[in-house]
Amino acid sequence: MRSRSRPVPDLARARFRESLAQWLFIAPAALYLLLFFGYPIVKNVVMSFQQYTITTFYTGAAPFVGLRNYSTILSSDLFSRALLTTVLFTVGSIVGQFVLGLAIALFFQRSFPLGRVLRSLLLLPWLLPLVASGTTWRWMLDGDTGVVNAVLRDLHLLPSGVPWLTGTSPALLSVTLINIWVGIPFTTTILYGGLQDIPTHLYEAAKLDGAGPVTMFRHITWPLLRPVATVVLVLGAVYTVKVLDIILVVTGGGPADATETIATQSYTLSFQQFEFGRGAAMSNVLLVISIGFALVYLRVNRRAQNA
Amino acid sequence: MIRPTRPPARRGAARLGAGILTLALVATGCGGGGETGAGSATGTVTSITALDYYTDTTEHAQWGASLAACGRTVGVTVEQTSVPGASLIPRVLQQASSRTLPDLLMLDNPDLQQIAQTGALTPLDRYGIDSSGFARGILSASTYDGKLYGLAPDVNTIALFYNKDMLARAGVAVPRTWAELKTAAARLTRPGRYGMAVDANATFEGTWQFLPFLWSNGGDEKALATPQAAQALQLWVDLVKSGSMSASVLNWTQSDVSDQFVAGRTAMMVNGPWRISDLNEAKGLHWGVAPIPVPQAGQTPVTPLGGEVWTVPQSASRARQEKAAKVLACLNDSTTMLALAREHFTVPSRSAVASRYAEQVPSMAAFVQSVEAARARTGELGVRWPQAATGIYTAIQSALTGEQTPEEALTHAQQIATSP
Repeated sequence: MRSRSRPVPDLARARFRESLAQWLFIAPAALYLLLFFGYPIVKNVVMSFQQYTITTFYTGAAPFVGLRNYSTILSSDLFSRALLTTVLFTVGSIVGQFVLGLAIALFFQRSFPLGRVLRSLLLLPWLLPLVASGTTWRWMLDGDTGVVNAVLRDLHLLPSGVPWLTGTSPALLSVTLINIWVGIPFTTTILYGGLQDIPTHLYEAAKLDGAGPVTMFRHITWPLLRPVATVVLVLGAVYTVKVLDIILVVTGGGPADATETIATQSYTLSFQQFEFGRGAAMSNVLLVISIGFALVYLRVNRRAQNA
Repeated sequence: MIRPTRPPARRGAARLGAGILTLALVATGCGGGGETGAGSATGTVTSITALDYYTDTTEHAQWGASLAACGRTVGVTVEQTSVPGASLIPRVLQQASSRTLPDLLMLDNPDLQQIAQTGALTPLDRYGIDSSGFARGILSASTYDGKLYGLAPDVNTIALFYNKDMLARAGVAVPRTWAELKTAAARLTRPGRYGMAVDANATFEGTWQFLPFLWSNGGDEKALATPQAAQALQLWVDLVKSGSMSASVLNWTQSDVSDQFVAGRTAMMVNGPWRISDLNEAKGLHWGVAPIPVPQAGQTPVTPLGGEVWTVPQSASRARQEKAAKVLACLNDSTTMLALAREHFTVPSRSAVASRYAEQVPSMAAFVQSVEAARARTGELGVRWPQAATGIYTAIQSALTGEQTPEEALTHAQQIATSP
């Protein structure tokens, strides 16, 4: 009898130990997430409701001001402009790098001499430190002495050159183009991987049926590449919305605030004007936008897995 | 705050670095301090700490020597730490929250009042430091709420640098008025070369370079939407529109401006004396320096006062504060300030010492003359200066890009300056 009653507590203990082990395995990751993601985010949200200035650092006093930080930043005329700039910059960058990235990926799908070498060289913009490449672009796009305008002038395309960094519209175009240049390697790499996964026999069968390259792209490549393409687009959007370094190095938000985005605004508020409360509020706006894209990404991912 | 008076490092990189540093520190809420050393409140103090932004190798060594020499006269060794200009304020904020501020702290003068407002600094009157005979501008920059918190041994300002050869070849005299500046700049402009260059970028540096034009014309940071301010801005707009000044000034830092000057791509520029050692190194460059042109002949230019002030932060040990204050007094005595000014091509901040210096070093006469009338940026608005400075550079950018007329741009600037 006894021997039969024994297994019950044993089983409970075993279950307890098992769940303890599970928790212990989760603990390091959970602790890490809490410490390095949870705490900063919570702190940032709390800070956005406080009057957090230079004085706070010494006295520790950061009075709660409710929604005042949000109402101040959202009602400033710079905000709507920065939001529009952020949208133009993000959409422009994503469309540009996707179209070019896809074209390059399709190009590299054929095999030709030096194809592999060229494909790895394509990664170069990704490997360079952004501050270094940004500074180089700033020199290249200089209105008087930059190589870009020199070429345009020498080819007699535009005798006066383009005010790449000193005109308000060209400046936004310039930072978008530079960001496209930075984003192409990422897009190409992922799309190229997606293209490799498409079975070649589909193309062979299509060819036997007399399909041309355009038809093959429309009916084979694009439908099969779509899950990968969506991931590239959503991740690209998340990366682009928060771009700060390129804009700071190339234009510093200027000229006349033409390249101020939500990200650069948040940076200026916190680290130039030391209005940490408002800077936090602005970065939370950015966070909400990013989370929106992240949710889209998760949904798309789930659908792709279920499919 | 960006230090407009510094020979600035790469703008973007420095700003970014500082930002990331603060971000990390704010996020973790702890400091890597430990710089106050071991000295207890009761024991004798044998060493004190000092923090500045003199990271340039020569400058760091020169200041280190001066600090050490002053330390010897007081009987302490001074442990000097230098951080890049853009990360000084973030570092100070971090140390303020962890109560690990150094015994001696150097600050760029327009930042002093903001830091004093936090309560992290001690007023100098409690140490009986002699502040007589100092230039008016530096005292007003260092005073917060009626109390003096810092003193600068040497100060600087900006002036007009010109290429002697280019002026001589074009037969142009050094411009003294705005009208002369416009004609001179136009006559000095050639293919591949501009007549004039300033820093009009979207930082406090752009504001700093515009102030001599604003102030000399009777403009004021308290009321920016005035005809005087609009005329000053119109001068810059005219220079760019007529092609005498590159539109790229919108993006240039002060060191970019200096690079253009050294490369012979501009005949004149507005810049500060910290550029002199670089200019002297450039082979075949014969440069001169004159006060910044004024609206009408015979007026005195009113320029912004640059320079770093030394302060004694709050700390647990009164004894250490006393020692630090003695070192501060020694840095600011006539002999030390004269030596420092000679080393750094700056101007001694005691007026009597400065006039003696102008006789000994004639090339600095233009700066000595300008410093006499120089105004502190925070003299009128105090801790509200950063908003006005933001308004001013925003107006410069809007007007130079043609987005707004100078009048519209300055009306907007006034709104920024007075926004909550």
